[in-house]
Amino acid sequence: MDLNDFSVMALWTALALYALAFIAFTFDLARRSTEVREAAGAVVPSAVARNSAAADAGSTGGARTLTVDRPTGTGGGARVTASRSPSLRVGVALTVLGFIVHLAADVTRGIAAGRVPWANMYEFAMTGTLLIIGVFLLVLTREDLRFLGTFVTGLVVVLLGLSWNFYVEIAPLPPALQSAWLVVHVFVASLGTAFLALGFALSVVQLIQARQERLKLELSALRMRFLATLPSADRLENLAYRVSIIGFIFWTFTLIAGAIWAESAWGRYWGWDTKEVWTFIIWVIYAGYIHARATRGWRGTRSAWLAIIGFSAVLFNFGVVNVFFKGLHAYSGL
Amino acid sequence: MTSSSDSEREVPERAARSTRARGPSDRIDDPNARPELDGESTEGTASGARPDGPVSPKLGLAGSLRFFWRQLTSMRTAILLLLLLAIAAIPGSLVPQRSSDPNGVTQYFVDNPDLAPVLDNLQAFDVYSSAWFSAVYILLFVSLIGCIIPRTKHHFDAMRSRPPRTPARLSRLADHREEAYPDVDVDTAIAEARTLLKSSGYRIEEYDQRGVRSISAERGYLRETGNLVFHASLVGVLVAVGVGGGFGYSGQRVVVEGQSFVNSVIDYDTINPGRFFDEGTLSPYALTLDAFDVTYETQNADAFGQPIDFTAHLTTTTPDGTSQEQRIKVNEPLRFAGTDVFLLGNGYAPTITVRDPEGTVVFTDSIPFLPQDANLTSVGVVKVPDGLAEQVGLLGFFYPTAQPLEDGAFTSTYPDLVLPMLSLNVFTGDLGIDGGVPRSVYTLNTDDMTQIAGRGTDVDAIQLLPGQSAELPNGLGSIEFGNADPEAAAGDFSNSVPRFASLDIHSDPSQFWVLLFAVLVTLGLLTSLFVPRRRVWVAVRPLGETDDGGGSDGDEYGGGVRVEYAGLARGEDPGLAEAVASLAYRHGTALGVERL
Ligand code: HEM
Repeated sequence: MDLNDFSVMALWTALALYALAFIAFTFDLARRSTEVREAAGAVVPSAVARNSAAADAGSTGGARTLTVDRPTGTGGGARVTASRSPSLRVGVALTVLGFIVHLAADVTRGIAAGRVPWANMYEFAMTGTLLIIGVFLLVLTREDLRFLGTFVTGLVVVLLGLSWNFYVEIAPLPPALQSAWLVVHVFVASLGTAFLALGFALSVVQLIQARQERLKLELSALRMRFLATLPSADRLENLAYRVSIIGFIFWTFTLIAGAIWAESAWGRYWGWDTKEVWTFIIWVIYAGYIHARATRGWRGTRSAWLAIIGFSAVLFNFGVVNVFFKGLHAYSGL
Repeated sequence: MTSSSDSEREVPERAARSTRARGPSDRIDDPNARPELDGESTEGTASGARPDGPVSPKLGLAGSLRFFWRQLTSMRTAILLLLLLAIAAIPGSLVPQRSSDPNGVTQYFVDNPDLAPVLDNLQAFDVYSSAWFSAVYILLFVSLIGCIIPRTKHHFDAMRSRPPRTPARLSRLADHREEAYPDVDVDTAIAEARTLLKSSGYRIEEYDQRGVRSISAERGYLRETGNLVFHASLVGVLVAVGVGGGFGYSGQRVVVEGQSFVNSVIDYDTINPGRFFDEGTLSPYALTLDAFDVTYETQNADAFGQPIDFTAHLTTTTPDGTSQEQRIKVNEPLRFAGTDVFLLGNGYAPTITVRDPEGTVVFTDSIPFLPQDANLTSVGVVKVPDGLAEQVGLLGFFYPTAQPLEDGAFTSTYPDLVLPMLSLNVFTGDLGIDGGVPRSVYTLNTDDMTQIAGRGTDVDAIQLLPGQSAELPNGLGSIEFGNADPEAAAGDFSNSVPRFASLDIHSDPSQFWVLLFAVLVTLGLLTSLFVPRRRVWVAVRPLGETDDGGGSDGDEYGGGVRVEYAGLARGEDPGLAEAVASLAYRHGTALGVERL
């Protein structure tokens, strides 16, 4: 077995681990829904009751520490603080394990190829998904976004699954790709993508949450009950914004680094090649998003839509433009 | 969730406070807005919460202009224009563009004869120079400039003004803390707060309002500076691209191994001078292509025959006679005498000699053949206008490693010279080059010509290996495919056919400026997104007083103090709560609170 075979095997293993993590995360969401339903039936909406419920749980030493919070007046729907969940921890553990194996797959591919492992579609997908998971885990150390586990592992499983269609044997770099900018430009683009993916997920949840808050649904009438255990739409929006602007900065850098590279490889720094066009479009959409966040009447739902459109354009750029559009970047695609 | 979420619930409250007079009217979080205590009586203060109200029907011309201007420079318009710009850029990725893919456009016209002219009328093949695309970005940049100027002015004022008075009710701010220090007097508390805030980079001002002494502090002016640098640099990039591009030129030239080229307008195959370009500024150096090396992958079976390196070895000679050996690779252009020389393409240039029936040479040249596929099957044209009984045109196919196909045609199976073969179709008649109409050297116009050899005629195409000759049909003369390396062992063709390099030579003085502004864009962006701009206040009262200013009549000093700490974010500031907490903690430490 040579190194590349090992890499392939490791990647399959990582894929399987992520799939298991996906199941665990989904299980956790289902469990949250159940908890919310029980809470909706059980808890009397008063602060006293809430306190005593919490106290009860504490004193009996049971696993459940459930707090239900029904705000009166404005802002937010009903809230339930989810109890600590084994499935959530299993999900995170499997993701970490998957990440380690995935990292091994990536590194061995790079060693086998004698260069950075992001020079064709298959390798982009491999490294890009690695970074999505890596950024997710990194953000987890600062914010509890574990509820996004289903989305993140789901996305990565799908992308990795698709990447097998693009599998190519190791080949030397064509002259145009023999540049330090390959290392920087592509890596930063993938890193940016990873942050934008999180921003996308948070914005989607934000939209759903905002709708639920607008309708002021009772816990029992919620369609996706686990929503009651997630942060408020406002909070989600702030989180989405924070990860998205990091992604945006990486994207800005990608754009500039790409132009510098294009100048030395193709003799012009900007030529409206299809890939350049889409990188530009994405950048402009996110600039719109940042403005929307600061504009009355656009903050909230509308700006969330922009983040969603922006990331859709990123996926389109990667999946569709690389594969189906004609352009100078074409040879690097497949 | 975490405590930092508290600061974020502040937004609507702050939004209501922002004033209309400065900056885009519909902007939330205007860093220039002041808390209500400022008591400024600009026209906007009252209408702050109501952006761009309904239009009054009685606007005069000036009024309409002002209204239009205000609309154009509003944030909402900026968003719409940005989105419009994104949408307007899309068609250029769906339809080939003349600027980047002229052949694609020609092909598009062939494939869609009905649709193409319609699209062409809509400038769909020139999207990025089209009237509609230009309109969007020009409006956007006008709006942008309309934003930058007033904000710059206001920012200058803000930087010179004092941090605003301390709000009376700090406790109404979301990030608020209160501590009591029984053994501290007011002066000490104020002095320590002053030192602490100063050393943390705050600009401070002390106030004494109805007996409550306080420090009002503000930091992060750099955030707005960054924002302005960012936006102004965008304008810089646009101007540099738009104006600077006019001072440069770009030219293309195909050079065969062993041949030279002089950097002057007439020696280029094609040249596109910018609007302000002065031909006299071209430095007339000579450039000789000594050798062009290509390395093919031979170890890795999965990539066998893939080129892994192109290197052009050149000699440059300046007008004063200094020669220098140079090298160009795909990612390593030659930057020489104010020009940048890039390697755009390469291929084979078979040397073809045509003789008349007496054996006199009427034509000899190395003709660049354009590669058609990865194995460098190449197509080229030879035109022999004079010296033979008729004008002769040859349409040639070159196969570096020829392999016959079943139908008698050939293909190339490897890009390097293993069994190079030239196959020529022969035409006679009018080449169409006498009328003064420019004709591409790569195409043969056969409208007025008759084919006398090759597919479709009774005579086979002429097929030659390097060093071989053949008679032309009809006794016209003979043709030879020259061998560039006649000394080589029999069967070794590896150096038998010269290669050509197509070079792109240009000078673009704007490039430096574009890069400079791009770097400023990035720096401005980083500063404006990550430098928090915030105000904090430390208000000190003798213990026992309430914040209504009334309170006990306990003795003024020495009886301990009650200190309030509060912060207000100006723009996105997730770290505010922590900053206020840390301020309180450090202040407490400075005032002698025991910490474990
Ligand atoms: C060429 C078009 C524009 C682009 C690409 C662009 C891009 C951006 C970006 C990326 C940001 C966030 C970074 C920062 O705060 O510096 C930003 C912020 C901002 N832009 Fe623009 N902008 C453009 C035009 C405009 C225009 C026309 C206006 C005026 C209406 C404007 C007003 C602002 C303001 C006020 C902010 C600060 C938002 C905040 O407080 O978070 N921009 N812009």
